[in-house]
Amino acid sequence: MNEERPGRNDSLSRAGIEPTLFEIGRPGHGGYSLPRPPLPEGADPIPGELLRQDAPPLPELAEPEVVRHFTRLSRLNFSIDIGMYPLGSCTMKYNPKICESVAGRRSLQSLHPYLPASRVQGVLKLMFDLEQYLQEVSGMDAVSLQPSAGAQGEFLGLKLIAKYFEKKGERRRKVLLPDTAHGTNPASSALAGFEVQEIKSGEKGILDPRVVRKAVDEETAAIMITNPNTLGLFESQIAKVAEAVHEKGGFVYGDGANLNAILGRARPGDMGFDVVQFNLHKTFSTPHGGGGPGAGPVGVKQKLVPYLPVPRIRLSEGRYLLEDNLPDSVGRVRAFYGNFLVLVRAYVYILSHGGDGMKEISERAVVCANYLKERMKERYHVPFDGPCMHEFIATDKFQKKQGVSTLDIAKRLIDFGFHPPTIYFPLVVHGAMMVEPTETESKATLDRFADAMRQIADEIQEDPRRVQEAPHSTPCGRINEVVANRFPVLRWG
Amino acid sequence: MSPGCPSKKAHASNDQPMRFFPSSATEIQEMLSKIGVRSVDELFEVIPRDVRLQKRLLIPGPMSEQEIEAHADALEGALKTPERHFLGAGAYDHFIPSAVGALVGRSEFSTAYTPYQPEVSQGTLQALFEFQSVMAGLMGTDLANASLYDGASASAEAVMMALRVAKKGRVLVARSVHPEYRQVMRTYAGADRLEEIGWRADGGVDTGVLASRLGPEVAAVVVQSPNVFGVIERLRDMRTLWGAKGPLLVCVVNEPVSLGLIEAPARLGADIVAAEAQGLGVPLSFGGPYVGVLGARAEFMRDMPGRLIGASIDKHGKRAFVIALATREQHIRRERATSNICTNQALCALAVTVNLALLGPKGLGELADLNHRAASALRGVAVGGGGAAPAFSGPYFNEFAVRLRRPVARVLEEAEARNIVLGLPLGRYYPELEDCLLMCATEKSDPSRFADLAPLFRA
Amino acid sequence: MKKKKTSHEYPPDLLYTREHEWARREDESIMIVGITDYAQDALGDIVYVELPEEGEEVLKDESFGFVESVKSVSDIYSPVSGKVVEINLDVKETPDLVNQDAYADGWLVKIAMSDTSELDDLMNAEQYKKYVEEELEKDEE
Repeated sequence: MNEERPGRNDSLSRAGIEPTLFEIGRPGHGGYSLPRPPLPEGADPIPGELLRQDAPPLPELAEPEVVRHFTRLSRLNFSIDIGMYPLGSCTMKYNPKICESVAGRRSLQSLHPYLPASRVQGVLKLMFDLEQYLQEVSGMDAVSLQPSAGAQGEFLGLKLIAKYFEKKGERRRKVLLPDTAHGTNPASSALAGFEVQEIKSGEKGILDPRVVRKAVDEETAAIMITNPNTLGLFESQIAKVAEAVHEKGGFVYGDGANLNAILGRARPGDMGFDVVQFNLHKTFSTPHGGGGPGAGPVGVKQKLVPYLPVPRIRLSEGRYLLEDNLPDSVGRVRAFYGNFLVLVRAYVYILSHGGDGMKEISERAVVCANYLKERMKERYHVPFDGPCMHEFIATDKFQKKQGVSTLDIAKRLIDFGFHPPTIYFPLVVHGAMMVEPTETESKATLDRFADAMRQIADEIQEDPRRVQEAPHSTPCGRINEVVANRFPVLRWG
Repeated sequence: MSPGCPSKKAHASNDQPMRFFPSSATEIQEMLSKIGVRSVDELFEVIPRDVRLQKRLLIPGPMSEQEIEAHADALEGALKTPERHFLGAGAYDHFIPSAVGALVGRSEFSTAYTPYQPEVSQGTLQALFEFQSVMAGLMGTDLANASLYDGASASAEAVMMALRVAKKGRVLVARSVHPEYRQVMRTYAGADRLEEIGWRADGGVDTGVLASRLGPEVAAVVVQSPNVFGVIERLRDMRTLWGAKGPLLVCVVNEPVSLGLIEAPARLGADIVAAEAQGLGVPLSFGGPYVGVLGARAEFMRDMPGRLIGASIDKHGKRAFVIALATREQHIRRERATSNICTNQALCALAVTVNLALLGPKGLGELADLNHRAASALRGVAVGGGGAAPAFSGPYFNEFAVRLRRPVARVLEEAEARNIVLGLPLGRYYPELEDCLLMCATEKSDPSRFADLAPLFRA
Repeated sequence: MKKKKTSHEYPPDLLYTREHEWARREDESIMIVGITDYAQDALGDIVYVELPEEGEEVLKDESFGFVESVKSVSDIYSPVSGKVVEINLDVKETPDLVNQDAYADGWLVKIAMSDTSELDDLMNAEQYKKYVEEELEKDEE
């Protein structure tokens, strides 16, 4: 083990695929150009002890060096514009360019958030209308666009519930979570001050209202449910589950991560959900950016409206305004109003499809997933083999005998030009591969994916090492994560 | 697409291909046959009848690209961009070099997912590692994370982290921290755990009151520098109020350009730095997306919220980057994670990294100096010759508050009539400052047009 | 990276918990505690160990620290109640020791027992081996 131990600097000095900015930089290079306005030399002084003693430790590069560095880095990435990205529950669909075009408008990018409302009527209208569209899609009574991402939306939704009980003078500590829940659900619950109680999903992968009825009591603030769930199955007992929770005075929180499956076909608000967060970077196709920015608006039923964060957008006598003075509000989860340019993209995406187009999205997503499931079944174990929604689970059960695991299969897929599916999630299925093709993949692409999976299954029979040592075609091989975690090197120098 | 589907009619009428769906009706039929169902509806039969949507969604569209651009033109028409503005307060109007947009706009970066598969994500991973490196350098911290949502939520995460690290229950927060940041801290940590400390005549945190509120149960002291009045806090003096065993000092920075001129907070004694990096390459964008970042001492590494990227080696021994210390995160530690955050703001962090690479140490220093001098010239006009009074006497960077001789609303209105947004009325957040206006100047302000503002400030 | 073992060691002179810790009597009142060979194997490469501080009181069956692999965290539960009198600083520095030698150099803490009767609840090697085999079988299903 010891020979693998890199000192802080030698792991960095090893040649990489692309040198870092710090290795490229040379003293005296620079890539900036600043205006030279007619300013007087003297300025109000800043006391010396507050000033920087040394120049900031930044690399020095000219513009061509910077541009080439980042362009070369960009070529080391897989992206949705390059190929299929079937990450389950992540909804990696194509991001229409028209959304970028509108969000890229200088007029929108240059708006300061504290401009008076009278100057920004156009963007307030856009946000107000987007709230309406999201209400219509979800069947909720009001929407806040503020949360920056799905997890922040979850946190906000739970805070609304906490505030509701606080106002009522009730102490409710417990949040129920199915064992198929995304990791953000328990983390958000804890952050919002709740204790988590896990409930087992039934044998067919869906929640059993009797189990929920047993778990729920007067201490229960909420149950968090993803519908369809992370097994790709519609929670068909949802109405009864919601009833059980409502009877005890609790709320039903909907994790909207999988909304893509039911757009225009069913609405959380009609199934008994009281709060739901939308992941605009999933369902409404705003680009993921390599891990953000996203946006996680929250929709609520009437009971929770008074607690929504400030400010709220109002329409009064034909003018839009931002209302701050709401005494029961939970406050804020971030500064300003939300990830505005992400909201713009989602707004354009929705208008590009229209109301009927929403339904086309879910229908095609579900057809693509079911088709791919049928094809995958040829060689892989599919534990829940009824009709799925927008995603499904396959496992490495048949391949494990050859000593090949889900991780190996995932890595080998990369060599065929595909991003791997979500792996080892949900936790309740051993060796899970969670596949979500989305509606923007063609049948031809799905077939190529299925063919690649079949070929990998063949290879596992004939030459398992080929798969175990994959990927073979990438800029780097599998990475030593043990070293990265035993001796973390988290910055240059 | 399928029999009995009402949307078919709606689209069939204009007989265009569905531009985002690369499957023909025939191909869909082939897929349905393989699945073994006759219609799409059959696949949705798992949804019980009583929760199925029985109506069409009332949302306009579908719109063609041309219609959307025209619609966007109309929305744009309902914007009145001022000819000049002097707004800051957590959102700073800095020039963004063209190379930033060109690189951030590359879809290899923008349409990639979170880098969970490092072999096909080295671009994003290395860029984030570089972001951590440059931001840690600027803040003076041992470490910086790969970004958080924004400065406000980063500040709230810093408070949560301090409570966790110190295992104590109270936090003292300067009232001169941005009001919206404090609101977010209250939402995250609970108002009952936070106690607010006012300011002195110079605009800095009232260290006398602060000293009197310190106690064994205080986990952290939170200040912002430059604070919301633009005043640079004297962190080193503050740190001498308590010894090594005292509370953690958390410093919020929401104008990152200031770090080109002002000493890095961690070098003045801050244990945790929570910053908003928007000013370094992210457009104003009506308030978002921005990019928060949290820096801390190395010993707090495992208590940090948010993603961390580490350098490692691949199986051939070549340097490669990977998500490190993931066990802190929600997908592994679930309810015991250091935060619920899942994504970060990778693309905005990339913009900041590109911009800082272009600026370099010298460029950032010159840019900061330019900002300071522009603000100084603007302040000179505001307070000169029978004009406004400085609201605070403390040193400032590119933002300052002035006390007006006439009602703030009236002055703002007069400026509006000249298509100028003169500043932010501080009375909105601080009733005792209802006669004060917060003003900001940057390298984008035109100092040759400051003088004509003078009459607005006179009695 | 570490390969999974096909069989595990169960030294006969130790006592075991259901949470896969072992305890060895150092003298009348002191127990040395670690995690079992099976546990370290199931975790894979251990990258970090969090231990209590010396002098801390710990309770039987309650977590006093955790071991981390790259993608998992496992609590360490105390086999007995008492006071921590020594921690193994070497495993903090070189967590790999737990993988290399779970029963000797990879020990974690020494606890001064407050109630020696608690030892009666622990399994002997034979019982523990059977317990692990049952767990593994369940896993296979």
